[in-house]
Amino acid sequence: MSTRTVELDLATPGLDAAGRPSRVPLGMVDPAAMDRPGFGEEHMLINIGPQHPATHGVLRLVVELEGEVVRRVVPHIGYLHSGFEKLGEYRHYNQIIPLTDRTDYLSPMANNVGLALAAEKLMGIEVTERCQVLRVIACELSRIISHLVWLGTTGIDLGAYTPFLWSFYERERVYNLQEAWTGARLTTSLTRVGGMMADVPEGWEQGLREFCRTFPNTLREVDTMFTRNAIWCGRTQGVGTITRDDAINWSLSGPMLRASGVDYDVRKDRPYLGYDGYDFDVPIGEHGDIYDRYRVRLEEMFQSVRILEQAGDRLARLKDAPLNVDDPRVILPPKRRAMSDMEAMIFHFKQVMDGVAAPVGEAYMGIENPKGELGYYFVSDGSAKPVRWRIRPPSFINLACLPKLCEGVLLSDVIAINASVDIVMGEIDR
Amino acid sequence: MSASASAAALAGRFGRDVLRVHESCGDTIVLVARDRAHEILAWLRDDPAQRFDYLTDVTAVDYRDPGLPLEVVYQLRSLSRKVDLRVKIPLDKQADLIVDSVVDLWRGADWLEREVYDMFGVTFTGHPDLRRILMWETYAEGYPLRKEFPLRGQFSRAEQTRQALGANPEAHYSLEELSIAEAFGDLPPEMRERLARGERGELR
Repeated sequence: MSTRTVELDLATPGLDAAGRPSRVPLGMVDPAAMDRPGFGEEHMLINIGPQHPATHGVLRLVVELEGEVVRRVVPHIGYLHSGFEKLGEYRHYNQIIPLTDRTDYLSPMANNVGLALAAEKLMGIEVTERCQVLRVIACELSRIISHLVWLGTTGIDLGAYTPFLWSFYERERVYNLQEAWTGARLTTSLTRVGGMMADVPEGWEQGLREFCRTFPNTLREVDTMFTRNAIWCGRTQGVGTITRDDAINWSLSGPMLRASGVDYDVRKDRPYLGYDGYDFDVPIGEHGDIYDRYRVRLEEMFQSVRILEQAGDRLARLKDAPLNVDDPRVILPPKRRAMSDMEAMIFHFKQVMDGVAAPVGEAYMGIENPKGELGYYFVSDGSAKPVRWRIRPPSFINLACLPKLCEGVLLSDVIAINASVDIVMGEIDR
Repeated sequence: MSASASAAALAGRFGRDVLRVHESCGDTIVLVARDRAHEILAWLRDDPAQRFDYLTDVTAVDYRDPGLPLEVVYQLRSLSRKVDLRVKIPLDKQADLIVDSVVDLWRGADWLEREVYDMFGVTFTGHPDLRRILMWETYAEGYPLRKEFPLRGQFSRAEQTRQALGANPEAHYSLEELSIAEAFGDLPPEMRERLARGERGELR
């Protein structure tokens, strides 16, 4: 990092009126670097993205190469910045839920759950058992679809096309379940503060059971295809390693952290939604390389199926249990009652027009999302809209260590390492 | 040692520099003075009884009440002890918004502090590369998450459009790229003409 390559701005079209290349220096320019002997003779800078399929979104990487060896990687982000945190300050708590669909758009249901949990922690609301079970199902289905996208696209990045088709086929089946439940494939907006937007439709549990029964077969096929595959092992083992202490120091979370051997899973360490009552294991890697991240994510999908099976049993047991909390100040009355009962109409009106006020205070709620620890931090001044809504974006923090992971690797490994971080730009740029 | 015990130990050790300890929604929050904040955070990380080795998050809060200070928030976690602690540094908004960077303690703070700088205008002294991260580097409207920043931005719609069309955040090239651009003279004349007109990828 000591030799700083100069970045200059070559504005479009890059040429001045006379047809000569125009050079507009940026604030970062270090003129001394240009005079250094040998500067610019051996190193080459290449630009990957922001429109490049292997960057998994509008990520731009400027890579400094010495021959084929990477000396420096500078990620540039922000192309998808939408100001969600600012928008959240102008909305009621329930109105923020649609914004969370659009942050990590590969696991919208889990984001909805996290937001509802954070708002409930702030307001001191305890949800019903059936609601908790449904939220666990939402979180684990999200984990599976997010990891399937990761698996398929990483395979493509490394030249394996077939597992992509398998994983997207399975993902489609989860999307069918998701669509039957929420009516949407991406903009699910599944939760509400104190409950859920909708219960699962009649017969939905059978679809879930069928998925849990057949999905592990595909995972085992992927396992056969990849785990002992010479090309896969050669491209991933020992590449992009990070030690246990470094992973903690860089604040990594989720599979990135666990692949380095750190036993930290929010579901176990700070249980929410009754996760401590489910029987599942947390896979831990030991080398912290791409291969271990693959093994951790693959095993997490098997474990998610285990959790889904247990949750399915609980769902059958809680068939007629209430879904939402019994509090008319928080949960909207049924539409029929709101149209015929004066009191219900008043509650409906108050909630829609004024929103649900949270007491003065602040709450941080972290959940184990597919990408890592997703945290929502609310600060309330007693009104129905938060003073501050902060998203702790797991893939933003995981991506920050990409320059470290890429020091001294080959250019082709940058693609593999970037894929192994499992980023989603909607969440990084927010 | 629970989070509240950690807060009490902190108050015992640093005395007046621990401004306030309180709880909200089950989270323990410690407000500390800016001048010794770095020392306090380093102690929390390294003291064998504390071991807050994991920096979960760095962010800031600007309150709607303009009289209240802006707060820089550190969310800490001890992975081994399974305890969370939130440390806040209140900053007077009338004075300069400056705190010491904690990148030397936790490398994970690098981008998080850049984001706080980008969104709130807090300067972190000692940060190795403090520049905007989500907004582009020439962004001139100010700090978007400050309360005085209107939801639709400081500038008019027309001005925002003009700047967005004028800015080209993808055109940061290295000296290498510029040296390649010097090959311009060797290009075929029609390509030179087309490039000079600013057309790209047009097929005839």
